[in-house]
Amino acid sequence: MVKKIGSRIYLSIIFLFLYLPILVLIVLSFNNSKTRVKWGGFTLKWYASLLENETIIEAFVMTLQITLTASILATIIGTLAAIGIHAMKSKGKAIMLGATNIPLLNADIVTGISMMLLFVRFTELGFSTVLIAHLTFDIPYVILNVLPKLNQTSKYAYEAALDLGATPLYAFYKIVWPDIRPGVFSGFLMAVTMSLDDFSITYFTKGAGVNTLSTMIYTELRKGIKPEMYALSTILFGIALILLLVMNYRSSKKAIN
Amino acid sequence: MFKLKKQFLAGPYIVWIIGFILLPIVLILFYGLSDYHGNFTFDNLLSIFDPIHMKSLLFSLRLALICTVICLILAYPLAMILNSMHLKHQSFVVFVFVLPMWMNFMLRILAWKLLLSNNGVINNILASLGLPAIQLLNTPSAVVFGMVYDYLPFMILPIYNAMSRIGHDIIDAARDLGANQVQVFFKITMPLTISGVLSGIIMVFVPALTSFVISNLLGGGKVLLIGNVIEQEFMQTMDWNLGSGLSIVLMIFVIASMAFMNTHNKDGEGTAVW
Repeated sequence: MVKKIGSRIYLSIIFLFLYLPILVLIVLSFNNSKTRVKWGGFTLKWYASLLENETIIEAFVMTLQITLTASILATIIGTLAAIGIHAMKSKGKAIMLGATNIPLLNADIVTGISMMLLFVRFTELGFSTVLIAHLTFDIPYVILNVLPKLNQTSKYAYEAALDLGATPLYAFYKIVWPDIRPGVFSGFLMAVTMSLDDFSITYFTKGAGVNTLSTMIYTELRKGIKPEMYALSTILFGIALILLLVMNYRSSKKAIN
Repeated sequence: MFKLKKQFLAGPYIVWIIGFILLPIVLILFYGLSDYHGNFTFDNLLSIFDPIHMKSLLFSLRLALICTVICLILAYPLAMILNSMHLKHQSFVVFVFVLPMWMNFMLRILAWKLLLSNNGVINNILASLGLPAIQLLNTPSAVVFGMVYDYLPFMILPIYNAMSRIGHDIIDAARDLGANQVQVFFKITMPLTISGVLSGIIMVFVPALTSFVISNLLGGGKVLLIGNVIEQEFMQTMDWNLGSGLSIVLMIFVIASMAFMNTHNKDGEGTAVW
């Protein structure tokens, strides 16, 4: 009993540690005061003025464009790559997995700098260079989420389907796809999360005109963060919370059925 | 014939690896090993022994080490508690730790800055208890605090994953054979989670060693990590050769810690974090 209470308390402290800053940001988004340290009463005005703040909206749209394009492309390339790697012999597999680990384990700053050195040699820094950089660190997350699911699928069912006259594409869609779909989906979600939260790699590979929310926050640090920024983050966090809760609810319903 | 076709699906990714993973590393080696005029030199690498660079490297190593140890101490019992809850949906645990990332990490660190500041919430609580205010911000401790906050999930998740894979029958068998809880922990739980611990250590140590944003935000310009030095070389001094040389040194440390993990991780399952 004492042990149980103790572990509950420990759990609460860690969750407080993780979620306290989020709570602070949410409270700040409703704070009717220009200074961050004082509570000036409840207001929704930052949410209203958010739409009129062009720099924030512009950075937000840019962030969405980069995040979604990179995540979708990374999911396609990564899933295909995972199927290919899965079919490889152990030596090829090891080499591919080793290369996949490089962007995951290498320091962000080194990845960002090395890509910048490549880009400035051949092209100008801009939207497409940020996109390529994001794809590079997104693809490994997709591969690492899809590969374990592929390992669980039975290759005999797939071969049986082929023997019974299914085309490879049809057999894939009917047999392999249902098994790997959760992995593909969680890989996509990880890619979105990582792209959305990335600062270092974007910072080094972006051109002058390109600003994501992260890089904008960094450049505005000295001037002070605009309250509209808190409003936008609160909305984003709310959407993520609802989205993930719905997904969890659906998957738990499925598990019961 | 068909086997061959399937492997071709990795084709685009192989091109990607060569073009955007390996080639950039070749370029960083090229810049790091040459001077402004393109002549071969070791000077950029050796400049790590410059007292200022050396000091920041050693300081970064120290902070990263402290951060990793704190994360491990916090995460291991947490993983045990989470595991003992026998959650039906383990994805829920991932969900809880990934969700905060949807709020920009710099904003979250800034929120801590508010809480830790001299007239912030924490010092107000101390004051109301009659305790003296403590200088929390702009110290190395604040930077370590921010790092622990940002990287703790990367320690928890691999350990939790490794722990949830341990079969209950193994533990039951050990208990049936007369092992007590302490023995079960040291003979079963610990050895079977070592791969998770090792990936956790890498996932925390490497970003902590190379971070430059957290030290900027919470260190108030007083904490100069090796990441800050490199960033300044690239963005302010514009000495790309020197910056690349120092990046190579950093990469050597990253590779060394990865090699350390691989030699100690025999089952090779710990690398999958999610």
